[in-house]
Amino acid sequence: MTSTESGLPKPKTLTFISRKAPHSQGFAKACLDMVLSSAVFDQHINFIFMDDGVYQLKTQQNPSLINSKDISAAFGALTIYDVHNIFVDGDSLTQRYMKETDLVIETTVASASRISEIIAESDVVYAL
Amino acid sequence: MKLSIVVYSAPYSHQASLSAYRFTREALAMGEQISRVFFYYDGVHNTNALSTPPQDEFDLVAAWRDLINENGLDAISCVSSALKRGILDAQEAQRYEKDCANLDPSSELSGLGQLVDATLTSDRVVSFGA
Repeated sequence: MTSTESGLPKPKTLTFISRKAPHSQGFAKACLDMVLSSAVFDQHINFIFMDDGVYQLKTQQNPSLINSKDISAAFGALTIYDVHNIFVDGDSLTQRYMKETDLVIETTVASASRISEIIAESDVVYAL
Repeated sequence: MKLSIVVYSAPYSHQASLSAYRFTREALAMGEQISRVFFYYDGVHNTNALSTPPQDEFDLVAAWRDLINENGLDAISCVSSALKRGILDAQEAQRYEKDCANLDPSSELSGLGQLVDATLTSDRVVSFGA
């Protein structure tokens, strides 16, 4: 373990890849909670939405109609937690007939090769 | 090498938690260090002491308990995942006025901060079941 002078572990680059639709399974919320918890520890964080995970960012959702919690509202808090590196896989959007303007927060649309670079530059990758 | 293990899946639903157990056991046998085992999401079911499989099936909850106790491992069951899935320690059972507590004593309830801490202080994080 590399330590800084303060004795705290050196910040790591943590990449979270969220790949599941918001309500079919609980992984979307589980991933968001991991991101927010990591942000509290002042780490360098990348948050990537891929595959059905892009549906989490869709505007105009009303999940209370299916007795589910609206997690898309919580994405607005990411900037407050200093999570600014938010990426969306461009191919995943295209395949689902979605555009950047359909998303609840500002993101960077990334190609598969850009995402593989981000993964390669990370210390730890969580995909769920 | 210092490893942290993250388990997302329940026993008997997926092979993942069995694989996590076997991986952890072998890593220890090879002399690797396990910083923490973190049960998250459905993985918290691995810490349900009331799990009662038939006698001719492998008792994974008991196997985790023995592995954790025999090696003095630090094992955490995520408190928010556990409570909503009905896995409570005595303190939480009292707080929420439930009739019984069922968290296996080999694990402790704690928050996601413990996963982040393990992530930052381990050489590798190996996750199972997502």
